Amino acid sequence: MARYLLSRIGQSLFLLLIVSIIGFALLHLTPGGPLSQFALTPGMTAADLHRIAHEMGLDQPLPIQYLVWLWHLLQGDWGRSYRDQEPVLAIIGEHLPATLELMASSTILAVIIGTWVGVLSAMRRYSVADYLATIGAMVALSIPTFWFGLVVIYIFSVSLEWLPSGGIATIGNGSVLDLARHLILPCVVLALVTVATWSRYMRSATLDVAAQDYVRTARAKGLRPGQILRQHILRNAMLPMITLAGLQLPTLLGGALVAETVFTWPGMGRLFLDSLGYRDYPVVMGLLMVSAILTLIGNLAADILYVVFDPRVRLA
Amino acid sequence: MSALLDVEDLAVRFRSDSGEVTALEGVSFSVAAGETLAIVGESSSGKSVSALAIMRLLPPAPACRVTGRIRFQGRDGPISLLDLPERAMVAVRGGEIAMIFQEPMTSLNPVHMIGRQIAEAVLAHEGGGKTAALRRAIELLDLVGIPDAARRAESYPHQLSGGMRQRAMIAMALASRPKLLIADEPTTALDVTVQAQILDLLRRLQAETGLAIIFITHNLGVVAEIADRTLVMYSGQVVEEAPTASLLAAPLMPYTRGLLNSVPRLEAALRPGQRLPAIAGNVPDPRHRPAACTFQPRCDWAQPDICGVTRPGMERVAEAHLVRCARWREIAV
Ligand SMILES: Nc1ncnc2c1ncn2[C@@H]1O[C@H](COP(=O)(O)OP(=O)(O)OP(=O)(O)O)[C@@H](O)[C@H]1O
Ligand SMILES: [Mg+2]
Repeated sequence: MARYLLSRIGQSLFLLLIVSIIGFALLHLTPGGPLSQFALTPGMTAADLHRIAHEMGLDQPLPIQYLVWLWHLLQGDWGRSYRDQEPVLAIIGEHLPATLELMASSTILAVIIGTWVGVLSAMRRYSVADYLATIGAMVALSIPTFWFGLVVIYIFSVSLEWLPSGGIATIGNGSVLDLARHLILPCVVLALVTVATWSRYMRSATLDVAAQDYVRTARAKGLRPGQILRQHILRNAMLPMITLAGLQLPTLLGGALVAETVFTWPGMGRLFLDSLGYRDYPVVMGLLMVSAILTLIGNLAADILYVVFDPRVRLA
Repeated sequence: MSALLDVEDLAVRFRSDSGEVTALEGVSFSVAAGETLAIVGESSSGKSVSALAIMRLLPPAPACRVTGRIRFQGRDGPISLLDLPERAMVAVRGGEIAMIFQEPMTSLNPVHMIGRQIAEAVLAHEGGGKTAALRRAIELLDLVGIPDAARRAESYPHQLSGGMRQRAMIAMALASRPKLLIADEPTTALDVTVQAQILDLLRRLQAETGLAIIFITHNLGVVAEIADRTLVMYSGQVVEEAPTASLLAAPLMPYTRGLLNSVPRLEAALRPGQRLPAIAGNVPDPRHRPAACTFQPRCDWAQPDICGVTRPGMERVAEAHLVRCARWREIAV
């Protein structure tokens, strides 16, 4: 087990390295660098720009720039934002909790609803409810997140005026109720896709397990249907779902980016788009690394959970 | 003799996209308290479907329709299993009629400990607390000859050998002292020495508890060892029924004879490369069964003008010997 973990962590570190190289290369090869931002400043001369580029190390060859960045990173120095000279880690630290709040709440919502819908569809296969769930999932998967976000803003904020259209809290009002009111719409919008995927996978996992011999044994020994569902079907059907949850993390992060933009949610997604616009390389790279680390940790956690819940792997 | 289980004219039809399949037709038999009835027959002759019909574990209508009558002498008097509401049937399953299966590996839930899976059955029928149920589970494991039962109760199925798993399944089946155990090929997946041990165990349990057993198998050697009476099934019907000794000594239905001939005997050990004398031909597709005798296309004794015209009924040959063959009288001499 310890060896397995170590090898997984080693793998993850290697992946992080690859991600950082690709991210760095893509970022720097995109036309228009950070200098184009400075060039907009009135009174900036070519000589000034040249000096700034030199100070920022941007005149060095790309591999050297990368190695410098990596060297600093390994020493715990994530660099400073080009925009306000704030340390990158501090900026990300400010934005991370909002994103985590959004992701965690929408995941909880999605897992509860998705599991329930999936199990119901499986237990009542080919019923009206099952068809509705299938169609609902198709529709949910084909609706772009930003469009759905705009629609719910239009309905619930603009027309009905029930909920705020954006932001994480009303300034000067930090009550739980206020926070919750702000959370509802982005949470639901972000959860939509996850509910759809989760319920589909849950349905097939449930059907798969329900056809297993040990479920027949459970029936043959006289357990009631509810018991069979809870103790034999669900317990086993959740196993593949753990892996799925890990694999879904990047999708969720991507969705969060869009949802945050639509709902002006002060999280990492907003920060990412803003920083990208400014070509704020240190912040963008920092965000890339944090997202990659989150994803890898998520997958590692999923693997560990799987081992915990499946005695065949745990005691092999 | 009032039977413990009495199956009368049982028929099972499966409906699928490609039409209706009659898996079972006109099946009648009975099991007395404490006796062992073997059901033998080639693959897909309807052995498992018969067992599952008794347990009411077949898919629900309209995918599957079960007709006929199954009477069972329950603790609180006779009951008609096919008419029982599902809630009452839940109490019969495992409570009065228990069942074990061919594959003990896949028949046990991989994520729960053995002891817990047995305790579940105890709790379902005997009530009481969880600790008491677990204690009883350990007793049962001990009863079926699992050494160090208390520790074994905390094993997961994959940690046990095939034989131990089948013992655990038997322990689970005995949880609430059922009167009838249906064993669907319980030894087929095990190797020969373990097979013998499981048979011994079943015989011992039967002697100790007066359990009746329906033992489904392909293996006529096993039948000879364990069964009081034997039922031969072919293509969804019972074709011969007799006390095991007379069936093995003087089979009447040509199909039974074919089965017996295909059993390897020690005294006539096969030479290398020599194949077992199997019955020529295949079991008819249940959708296109001959309207007359279903075995006639494969039968050495078949006479088209008799066997190809009407389907024979079950005829009583002797006190407890029944056969479905138009020519049994000629075969008997
Ligand atoms: N759930 C089902 N749906 C449709 N047809 C089925 C189903 N279960 C069994 N059958 C059909 O019923 C017939 C009898 O099958 P059954 O499983 O009883 O055979 P068996 O005698 O137990 O064979 P085996 O020795 O292979 O276990 C077969 O033709 C089979 O295809
Ligand atoms: Mg079978």
